Amino acid sequence: MFDYAQAAVEGALAAGAEYADARVVVAKEQGIEVENQNVDDVGVSESAGIGVRALIGSSWGFYATADLTDKAARNAGTTAAAIAAASSVVAGPHMPLQDVPVVTDSYETPHEEDPFSVALSEKVDLLVGVTKIMQDVPGVLIATASLRFFDTNKWFVSSQGHRIHQHIVESGGGYDATAVSDAESQRRSYPQSFGQYETGGYEKIRKWNYAENAQRIAEEAVQLLDADQCPEGEKQLILEGSQLGLQIHESVGHAIELDRILGWEAAFAGTSHLELEKLGTHKYGSELMNITADATLPGALGSFGYDDEGTPAQRVDIVTEGTWVGVLSGRDSSAVAGLPPGGMVRGDGFNRLPMVRMTNVGLLAGDSSLAEIIADTKDGIYMSTNRSWSIDDKRLNFQFGTEIGWEVKDGKLGKMVRNPTYTGITPKFWGTLDRLAGGDEWVHWGTPNCGKGQPMQVGHTGHSAAPARFSNVRVGVTG
Amino acid sequence: MNKHDIAQRVLDLVGDRAEAEVRVSGGSASLTRFANSFIHQNVGEEGESVSLKVVVDGRVSTAITNRMDTLDQVVDDVIEAASHQPVDEDWPGLAAPTEAPESLHFDEATAGASPQERASVVSDFVAQGPGMRAAGYCDTSATEVVMANSAGLRMEGRATSATVDGIHQTDTSAGSGHATAYRLADLDGAAVGSLAAHRAQRSSEPYDTKPGDYEVVLSPEAVSTIAVFLAVYGFNAKMKIDGQSFMNIGEQQLDESISIWDDYFDPKTLGLPFDAEGTPKRRVDHVEAGVSRSHAHDRRTAAKMGAESTGHALPGGAGWGAMPTNLFVGGGDQSEQDLIASVDRGLYVSTFNYCRILDPKSQVVTGLTRNGTFMIENGAITGAVTNLRFTQSFVQALGAGNVLGIGNDSRLADSEFGPGMIVAPSMRLAAWHFTGGAEG
Repeated sequence: MFDYAQAAVEGALAAGAEYADARVVVAKEQGIEVENQNVDDVGVSESAGIGVRALIGSSWGFYATADLTDKAARNAGTTAAAIAAASSVVAGPHMPLQDVPVVTDSYETPHEEDPFSVALSEKVDLLVGVTKIMQDVPGVLIATASLRFFDTNKWFVSSQGHRIHQHIVESGGGYDATAVSDAESQRRSYPQSFGQYETGGYEKIRKWNYAENAQRIAEEAVQLLDADQCPEGEKQLILEGSQLGLQIHESVGHAIELDRILGWEAAFAGTSHLELEKLGTHKYGSELMNITADATLPGALGSFGYDDEGTPAQRVDIVTEGTWVGVLSGRDSSAVAGLPPGGMVRGDGFNRLPMVRMTNVGLLAGDSSLAEIIADTKDGIYMSTNRSWSIDDKRLNFQFGTEIGWEVKDGKLGKMVRNPTYTGITPKFWGTLDRLAGGDEWVHWGTPNCGKGQPMQVGHTGHSAAPARFSNVRVGVTG
Repeated sequence: MNKHDIAQRVLDLVGDRAEAEVRVSGGSASLTRFANSFIHQNVGEEGESVSLKVVVDGRVSTAITNRMDTLDQVVDDVIEAASHQPVDEDWPGLAAPTEAPESLHFDEATAGASPQERASVVSDFVAQGPGMRAAGYCDTSATEVVMANSAGLRMEGRATSATVDGIHQTDTSAGSGHATAYRLADLDGAAVGSLAAHRAQRSSEPYDTKPGDYEVVLSPEAVSTIAVFLAVYGFNAKMKIDGQSFMNIGEQQLDESISIWDDYFDPKTLGLPFDAEGTPKRRVDHVEAGVSRSHAHDRRTAAKMGAESTGHALPGGAGWGAMPTNLFVGGGDQSEQDLIASVDRGLYVSTFNYCRILDPKSQVVTGLTRNGTFMIENGAITGAVTNLRFTQSFVQALGAGNVLGIGNDSRLADSEFGPGMIVAPSMRLAAWHFTGGAEG
């Protein structure tokens, strides 16, 4: 496969590219979906192809083909360069690249149990079983469960001499129960909404003990229909870990993407409220806020050996004791900004141009626990498991809804509340972070559905988080 | 091997071991992207893929591959996988053989468009905003699809698409413009860029306005976002089966001025003449004069509800249900200026952004305004305001008495979820619930 990538790079250079790289990607995905004990879909998708990018002047040209032959690969390189050259009709400043080590290496995701070798019947039995448990709870109308597994091999070659092979294995899944009344519907999910995804094998599924939690989840969905509406007002807010993971994703992860800060995503995903000249001084949050982007975390969904530009995986400080100190970057964006390359560029499959992507953007653990935080809370709401998310194009104004909430009064967990929501402004919200759990409650939550780019790309990102408390947060926003 | 040959080969490989449905799709797609007023990312791809569904004694399994060299292995594997499944009690059977309508939305020149042609459209867009920063894209694509199944169905279709979409930005504002057609030649980059630049200039130096209920005039793009939510969470029959759709067939649920239908045959729309299961497209009236008339069905939802498929199956979309993709929101007889002129105090919204459903059944959605939000006072736009967050029931917003006027400016409008699916007009609504300023 390296030979095809090499041919593509040679084709691009011969056609005038200043720099070129190519990835051959062979990917396999298995998905199983069960609804109310009925197997809705058992599917496998496979793809193979090569994507080559060529830099000329101010623009990348990129071309992808599924035709894995020497001739087709070479032609793809030629075409990528021709596309880049056509960009000169609307040209800008020359695009620089930061230097990175030129390496020949290989990397494989640590995993114990190849998820594609586990019998399909075992997977189906697991999902049918948990939907039966949920359906057996009176009031549950819909019980769904799913598993997905990804096996990706990538061969990367650059015109500077990189030759890197990576084998990435990812596993994930989950389930949810929905109860419906005349007026509304209520859903509960496990381990988190859209499922929990990690790098690793089938052992990642086994550890979540699907069956043990199904009845509780289903009962909570039914109980929510009769719960009181989440009260409206400013309160202390305790977020469960997976919801905090998404909060990090949306209000920190995207805001620190250097391509957004530089305006490269302005029309679609948006820009950022962050200004580069304030790097190192901007107050992002309270002193409890320590955020890193760490692609080396074993088991986290955003972990790998090298990014899709051949830059080694690394840990980068993003927010230290509340001060913004780092960004997510690639070779081009970091060169434009005069920063070190972050190794955070990845493409979705063989046919998408690699771009800045979150790795594992997580909040470092604190020294408390959820129980201690609740015991220390006078008047708050504890919210768990994302139901809706919305944030503006600068990543400043957000509103999240969670599946379930509980009142917290005088240090005790109180009654369940339905339709909990909260809203805020990013730096103000993070500035009120005042309690933070850690230990076993610090989890590498995974987001398998991060959309960005045109054409759209879906990215897999990780967000380590433990339950945390914020103060004076507006909750209970209604239409 | 052409697509018909590939489809037949797959059916031959399956033989009498299973029922089978094959979809061979392929073509090319190219996108020229610009930011800070120059092209920075310029991409293209070509390829084919085969989607296969097999049914072994009521046991269903699917596969997708772009590897034509391993089709025999894929077929063996998917049959093996199906044979180990429980019986799919909801399997509706394969589509019966029928004729596909003609492909109405294909243009040879667009299928072969060059990067220079796309760059030319971009150049026209960018040139309309001197001194401003432009960002956006121009793309072209061509798709050809062959469907075949073991029940004897054979059909083919093809379609093209071209879009120019972008913003101009000042230091304090942004304005957007958009156009989609199946012919690249129909796109006017200068006109779209001019609208974006005009909106950006007019919305510079915005001021904060208090959240609350405002009368609004929504652009076609903002109306198309409403239509997406009505379709995905309401018209979609799977949502009805799951107890989460607002629709009650035969009931007056929206204002009598609202009609919404799906019509592949209208020349203003895009797409293929059949859905992912081989059901031909036809006109479907979802809402007539405010009365809920029909859900969108695929074969699975139709079988469950005792209806016929309406040709709305999505590729790989059984979990989502059925989605109309040639949607029309009925237009009115007033110009956008007329709509604005009739507002004493309200807001004009150019686009909505990051809208998400809070409750499907009541269609309560939260989101923000973006790329030009304007104050209307005494029948005229008097200034720009900063973006606002809303939390609003879309069904309530279009409810009886709440639709105060509909524009005569219907166009293929880009909702925030992508171009080419919805033709919509401007609309004046009595109330919209804004819950906060976007920047605090």
